[in-house]
Amino acid sequence: MDALLLQLLNGLDKGGAYALIALGLTLIFGTLGVVNFAHGALFMLGAFCAVTLQKLLTISQRVKDESITFFDAYKEIPYLEIWYGETGTMIIDHAVPLSILFAIPIMLLIGLIMERGLIKHFYKRTHAEQILVTFGLAIVFQEIIKAQFGANPIPTPAPEAFAGSADIGLWLGLGEAVVYPWWRLIYLLFSAIVIGGVFAFLQFTTFGMVVRAGMADRETVGLLGIHVERRFTIVFGIAAVVAGLAGVMYTPILPPDYHIGMDFLVLSFVVVVVGGMGSLPGAVAAGFLLGILQSFASMNEVKEIFPGIDQIIIYLVAVIILLVRPRGLLGRKGVMEG
Amino acid sequence: MATTPQTTPNQDRLLFVLFAAAVLTAPLWASVIGAGYPDLLQKFAIFGILAIGFNILFGLTGYLSFGHAAFLGIGSYAAVWSFKLFTVNALPAVFFGMVFAGLFALVIGYISLRRTGIYFSILTLAFAQMSYNLAYSVLTPITNGETGLTMNQDDPRFIDNLFFAPEGNALPSTNLFGIEMTGFSGFYFCAVVLIIAFYIAMRISRSPFGMMLRAIKSNQNRMNYTGFNTRPYALTAFVISGVYAGLAGSLMAVTDPLAGAERMQWTASGEVVLMTILGGAGTLLGPVLGAGIIKYFENIFSAYNAQVLERIFDFLPDGIDHAAASVAGLFVGEGWHLTLGLVFMLIVIFLPGGVMEGFTRLRAKFSKPTVESSSSGSTTSPAKDSA
Amino acid sequence: MTLFKQGVSRRGLMRGGIALSAGLAAPQFFVRGAGAATYLNEPTGSTVTFGFNVPQTGAYADEGADELRAYQLAVKHLNGEGDGGMLNTFTSKALEGKGVLGKKVAFVTGDTQTKSDAARASAKRMIEKDGVVMVTGGSSSGVAIAVQSLCQEAGITFMAGLTHSNDTTGKDRRRNGFRHFFNAYMSGAALAPVLKANYGTDRKAYHLTADYTWGWTQEESIANSTEAIGWETVNKVRTPLGAGDFSQYITPVLNSGADVLILNHYGKDMVNSLTQAVQFGLRDKQVNGKDMVVVVPLYSRLMAQGAGANVKGIFGSTNWHWSLTDAGSQAFVKSFGAEYGFPPSQAAHTCYVQALLYADAAQRAGTFAPCELGKALEGFEFDGMGNGPTLYRAEDHQCFKKVLVVKGKENPSSQFDLLEVVEEVPREQVTYDPNIPQFAGELGPCNNGA
Repeated sequence: MDALLLQLLNGLDKGGAYALIALGLTLIFGTLGVVNFAHGALFMLGAFCAVTLQKLLTISQRVKDESITFFDAYKEIPYLEIWYGETGTMIIDHAVPLSILFAIPIMLLIGLIMERGLIKHFYKRTHAEQILVTFGLAIVFQEIIKAQFGANPIPTPAPEAFAGSADIGLWLGLGEAVVYPWWRLIYLLFSAIVIGGVFAFLQFTTFGMVVRAGMADRETVGLLGIHVERRFTIVFGIAAVVAGLAGVMYTPILPPDYHIGMDFLVLSFVVVVVGGMGSLPGAVAAGFLLGILQSFASMNEVKEIFPGIDQIIIYLVAVIILLVRPRGLLGRKGVMEG
Repeated sequence: MATTPQTTPNQDRLLFVLFAAAVLTAPLWASVIGAGYPDLLQKFAIFGILAIGFNILFGLTGYLSFGHAAFLGIGSYAAVWSFKLFTVNALPAVFFGMVFAGLFALVIGYISLRRTGIYFSILTLAFAQMSYNLAYSVLTPITNGETGLTMNQDDPRFIDNLFFAPEGNALPSTNLFGIEMTGFSGFYFCAVVLIIAFYIAMRISRSPFGMMLRAIKSNQNRMNYTGFNTRPYALTAFVISGVYAGLAGSLMAVTDPLAGAERMQWTASGEVVLMTILGGAGTLLGPVLGAGIIKYFENIFSAYNAQVLERIFDFLPDGIDHAAASVAGLFVGEGWHLTLGLVFMLIVIFLPGGVMEGFTRLRAKFSKPTVESSSSGSTTSPAKDSA
Repeated sequence: MTLFKQGVSRRGLMRGGIALSAGLAAPQFFVRGAGAATYLNEPTGSTVTFGFNVPQTGAYADEGADELRAYQLAVKHLNGEGDGGMLNTFTSKALEGKGVLGKKVAFVTGDTQTKSDAARASAKRMIEKDGVVMVTGGSSSGVAIAVQSLCQEAGITFMAGLTHSNDTTGKDRRRNGFRHFFNAYMSGAALAPVLKANYGTDRKAYHLTADYTWGWTQEESIANSTEAIGWETVNKVRTPLGAGDFSQYITPVLNSGADVLILNHYGKDMVNSLTQAVQFGLRDKQVNGKDMVVVVPLYSRLMAQGAGANVKGIFGSTNWHWSLTDAGSQAFVKSFGAEYGFPPSQAAHTCYVQALLYADAAQRAGTFAPCELGKALEGFEFDGMGNGPTLYRAEDHQCFKKVLVVKGKENPSSQFDLLEVVEEVPREQVTYDPNIPQFAGELGPCNNGA
């Protein structure tokens, strides 16, 4: 029972990340009709916003380390610590949460530039061409990050205050054995808030209403004299921010490297398709569903019956769903179909 | 790119002869650009075959398979097993590679072709990723996992051992009735297969069957409304294309008897897509060109290191040469991926029909400077693959 | 399929045939002047070319870059530039910093992408186009084994870089291939006594293992040697390569009754699984009245950097560490540090040493021919390369030397100072019989390629 609860949490956590990326992908696809293979790269750029901020905060005074004689070694003491002492240390410790503020404008800017500079010209091109050009862009993003930060993962720990585990077992009366890391609970909460925020924005604002109308029938909305395009640019920006924030918050769980986006890309496409192309609730539901299934498939008890099932479960589910219910879980009939 | 074939048989004949001549003389002209060594020439030919086969599916029918590398891997595994179990002769290996890849393509194609558009792509991707993940781990007894499947001294090799006494304890090398399949002879074997593969692809493309496939691409719904069942045709194209991939995979094993799981990863499938689109999907020559360009980047560009660059820029004045070398260093050597990414973007942005469209435009410019709309117009619009 | 039949005409086939036969006549003059050389790529000019085949893209690109730095430094020292590094401390004095056999050393580089296919393609380019006499490098066992067998077939020498799998000099050993780096068995043999001294004999171990051959050999070796000191193996769980999030594998550990978690992961997988294991509070937990602990059998400083503070206090083994104070290590760290401004990694060390050992063997054998050169390396005893007295064993081409047991440092003074050496396990303790079941293999005949 405890094990099942923990795996459920693991699954929800993983699902949160999948859902956030898939949400952005679906927004872009649903509104702009563009298959964005650079979306994983946006996740990666978000993660590196956190790395950058951490590096900025720890710009250090270099003091020669006399204990090492055979090459010039330096001890690095961050200026923030020199200037502000304890407070400085605390600021550095909170680099990841602070990066959220840092990442929002940057990701929005990247998103807007990307849409105006490149994606705009690809609305009428084939999906294959969209895939190719965004894939090329993703490689370029990756290589720039690699040239700057190297290929190794970079540790970006969560603040000390959230480092331990929460005794959720005690809260729920299940005993002491059930604990779960604070940061992962925060991630779960965070993804829920972001997802809720995006839905509320689309549901309750005029802007969101137009976007939803545009997703449903772009031409008619255009005929009504509404500038759909400009709004779609902003939608792209929002999708970039969502992906970026997902990246920022994920860094304490997975020390980021330049390739982290590609690792998520394929999975998030599977999530989008399982959820139903163009369906936002579908993307979210599929993200959580696949995350949970993946967690349960990894349990030793399951693997004893189906060896290697944890390696293929996501793809297996995708195949079954596409065959049984081709439009995906919550997709509308006929989107992107023959 | 997807224009209906209005070429005359004479033009086709010329194209084929030129193609065959270019392939067979490759060791001559490729050495000018530093690519005239057997392994890279073999790779050109093998990936050319793969891309030609992929183009029969994608270029003609518009079905974008994202799992084509699976057939490449299956072809390789089948070929190496043929070396291990039966004989080190290349022909049975190629045969088994094609047969097994064809069978898998039949099954995967039968299931995947129930869907179209991006759903089809994801289905093929899912199958390929499952193959890759299993081959890397659980199926290690068959695939030898990470290390890759190789020949061993104590393999049974029933047919070989039936006719020849096992000689010494050196590992026998793959051959075609005594001709070793390494070095230039290996390349010529691949080259001949490539030319045959090209010829068959050309005939398919010009045949009524090819017309049918193009019709699927331009509007499958309309085809279906007329009461015409397109699935068998698409499935045939899928299987042919899978067999091509199996052929390419078996040739990889023939020229270098090792089969690894990473050949089946989605990035490998993506590479085939990139090759085809880079060269020009739907054209005959394009995919081969695209394959050549990518393999050239991977093998030659990646080898430029700081030392080589300094030598290249030596003619520049002091100071400037170092600067030039360090700027260039971002794009070659360990930065060759960056160049690749930029090239994809530039080609797709400016030449959506791939390198072949570039040629067409150039030709149009020189022959009839006034007409220029025909090429770009036809390439961008026909049938989104959502069709 | 009547559709196809009319496609292939007899004339078409004949045309192809003619083109073919015309083309087939062409190639012969292209084959390099065979016959004259006694071995493949025998250098004829004033230079000899080495091939450095390292990962420049992909997850191990940073290790590859460090390996390349070390190789370039080795070439400098061989050619008599710089301060000579370990050439001054190396016990064999055959090399005098005037190149090798009177030839200046040149090199070519290539990108393995940490993929067997790409690595072999790159090595073939070096052999067929650039005319190298030796290929060295690699940052994973799959790649090393694939390139080793390629070099065996082609007929040149392969000097393995960072490869830790038992198989490289075990069941996949080859006559033309040599490994200086240690292996999983040695990690187990070196770690067990230290683990016993620190954690006692009554422990229950839970293995998380990367699901591919390297992971399996390490899991087997570590399980064997920990069971020999009385530990019980509770479970061995395989995780997919590059799983990213390991939470679903870590949570079952918490309530399994195990009090030791052994992570048979390397590279990114190691960074992620370790980071997450610590996050799940494994190290704050008490099981069976003991503190729960984590062990990472194969450490790499570059990877430890990725895991940050999480490595503190965690035991593991490495081949070499820059903080060693013997003369050889100091000479190397000094010249590497002077050149690049930071200390070398263990990958850099093993690659540097391999390049020097190769050059020295060639000098002593008087030829670059793999068979003769191989004999000079087989059974070669040397010292002054940072690992104490070392033997290149003839039976399996594996180096036997000290193995370091290290621990994540509690108070690192700089970003390089992450590991502290706990014990230098003597060579005798990690030596094994070349034909024990985990290793049994055949070197086969050597191949000069001509």
